[in-house]
Amino acid sequence: MTAAEQLRTRARYRRLGIQAVIIIVTALAVWGAVTNAQYNLTRLNMTSGFAFLDRGTGWNYSFSLVERSINDPYSFTLFIGLLNTLFVGFICIITTTIFGFLIGSMRDARHPALNFAASVYVQIFRNIPLILQAIFLYAILIHLGGPRQAVSFGDVAFLSGRGLMLPGLNITPTVAVALLLASLGVGVGLILARTTLWRGLAIWIGGSVAMALIAALVLRPGGEGILSIPVLQGLRFSGGISVPIELFALITSITLYGSAYVAEIVRGGLAQVPRGLVEAGQALGLSRVSIWSRIKVPMALRSIIPPLGNQWIFMMKATTIGIAIGFSDLFYITVNAISQSGQTLELILLLMLTFLAINYSIAIFTNWLNARLKLKEH
Amino acid sequence: MAVAEIIPPNRGEALGKLFLKRGFGSPVSVAISVLVFAVLGWIAWSFLDWAVFRAVWSKEDVENCGHGGACWAVIDARHRLILFGTYPFDQHWRSTLAALAIVVTVVLSCLPAMWAARRLAVLWIAGFASYYLLMEGSLLGLQQVTTDGWGGLSLTLFLFAVVVLLGMPMGLGLALMRRSQMPVVKWFAVIIIDTIRSLPLVTTLFTAAIVVPLFLPSWLDGDKIWRVIFGFALFFACYQAEVFRGGFQAIPRGQFEAGKALGLGYWNILGRIVLPQVFRHALPSTINMVVVTFKETAIVTIIGFFDILASGKTAFGTADWAPYYIEVYLCVAAIYWVFIFSLGQYGEYLKGRMALAER
Repeated sequence: MTAAEQLRTRARYRRLGIQAVIIIVTALAVWGAVTNAQYNLTRLNMTSGFAFLDRGTGWNYSFSLVERSINDPYSFTLFIGLLNTLFVGFICIITTTIFGFLIGSMRDARHPALNFAASVYVQIFRNIPLILQAIFLYAILIHLGGPRQAVSFGDVAFLSGRGLMLPGLNITPTVAVALLLASLGVGVGLILARTTLWRGLAIWIGGSVAMALIAALVLRPGGEGILSIPVLQGLRFSGGISVPIELFALITSITLYGSAYVAEIVRGGLAQVPRGLVEAGQALGLSRVSIWSRIKVPMALRSIIPPLGNQWIFMMKATTIGIAIGFSDLFYITVNAISQSGQTLELILLLMLTFLAINYSIAIFTNWLNARLKLKEH
Repeated sequence: MAVAEIIPPNRGEALGKLFLKRGFGSPVSVAISVLVFAVLGWIAWSFLDWAVFRAVWSKEDVENCGHGGACWAVIDARHRLILFGTYPFDQHWRSTLAALAIVVTVVLSCLPAMWAARRLAVLWIAGFASYYLLMEGSLLGLQQVTTDGWGGLSLTLFLFAVVVLLGMPMGLGLALMRRSQMPVVKWFAVIIIDTIRSLPLVTTLFTAAIVVPLFLPSWLDGDKIWRVIFGFALFFACYQAEVFRGGFQAIPRGQFEAGKALGLGYWNILGRIVLPQVFRHALPSTINMVVVTFKETAIVTIIGFFDILASGKTAFGTADWAPYYIEVYLCVAAIYWVFIFSLGQYGEYLKGRMALAER
């Protein structure tokens, strides 16, 4: 055996040795953790396993999209938590993306006043912790007072310490969920059908609004209008959509904070569009708006989508601060379930697996969107 | 041509002209300018009117509060609670010095003269040690204050500094493991990094605080604060590992091969050739991560730590001060803002500097 071969063999053995040590140490750590957990659980008189999921919970929480009672089993309660997280997450993703594009475009604009206003916005909301913004906003809203002192917006929407009352379509929650899913389906279908950006958006928004109007027209209770407008009756509002104060504060604060980040992403993307393309548009006599919508945004999307996807994942994770203001998202429900049932390990495992699944779905979606938007090589 | 005839363009004047041209060049621009500046001006004026002109500043005038102005008397009366939490009152000077030690450490590490691994390590360990010795006290012969008594701004700064100090080497380790040729080592790192990165920070911290003790024998439990710090550091490390990975990717393979051709071993190539360049490339993103970490320390209030957010809540927690929660929150927000904004601006400055160097 030559010296070089000897060295190579020695290096190989060393690599094998290191990996063996890692496997053994990990196995030992896992074994130690499991035996300790078993010991601690028997000492605390706990039975492990997922049987508790069928038991009734016996406690209540702040928000649910569907009918619930305190006798619901743990599994259903956790499912409601997941629904709430997804609901808030999706709303925040949409509002944040829209606001972010607006403010990011303002930061990219040549107009000094727009530019300045957008910079002030970004510098204020990006540099204060999200949880502080949420708690602060919640504190302000909760001090607004009862429905009688509500702030009125043109007598159709009201903001009070009990929540935000909005005019809504006269439909049941079940129909609303069905409409939401249908709208989502149309959106995915449009992306699959490879429509152009703005036409796709127009069809999607128009189609969703049309579907909602038709549903309200056909399915409304007899004799009532399409719209249900909140009216102050005695000490409370009736009619309309009632947005609980926790939900409103959570969505608003995540939107304010997240859109400052998205604005920076959008600005970065717009700045990367080659000047030549913009000048070509000017040479063709396109207006500023056309240059923005037909050249800059479509080109910039390619560098915007990957960081934007990360921001979407961040927003989904950010819903967990709901616990600080009492919004019953998945984390809040899980923490409550842990303190009530004591099934710590099982519940934490479920929570982690759920977040892994959500984040991987978003990551897969953005990767797919990115591949779909990629410039074709000629 | 005489030298004196070349007049440099007046930058200020040029900018002013550009401002006028872009902001007031056409009727539409004028309308936008007037509208935006009017709205901003109105917001700024109402805020100043409330926060400065009609405000009550001193706790002696507290009976004048509640007449349409800010009541900064609450800050005057309760600032010690906000800044130091439940730390013993007569020992607040220690908490002040300790917080200063952390601030000085951060400021010093922003100076290019300190940008060497050894200097930074010494600086941060010294900063952390002085904080710990001052706050804990028993080793210096002062009154002992256990970690339960720490709070307010000092606790926030402490969490921030320890997380960065522990997380940085952990992140580097994870990044190196992820680059390893050994499949077990590589996948070990990949699983840890990807799992922690997909979990919300609160979940990680909650797990560290509540769940981990179930898995540990009682002699390994340690203090809750240290478990949470470790969880937080792991979170930082996993993100930082990805930052370092980006830095590694910017280094051409030839650098490694040149090192090998010279007969250098793995650690020598790493320490003398690759890592200095990786750090340079990763610097802007690292600053970004540090800024994010400072912001995220506010999350520990959910796990039940008495950081500046929680101590702020306590400051208006009595019946007398309850109406003035806005003032307290604004004050806490301003403190966060100053720290985060300065760090962020420093990051922007570095980015610009490095972009120039690369040109």
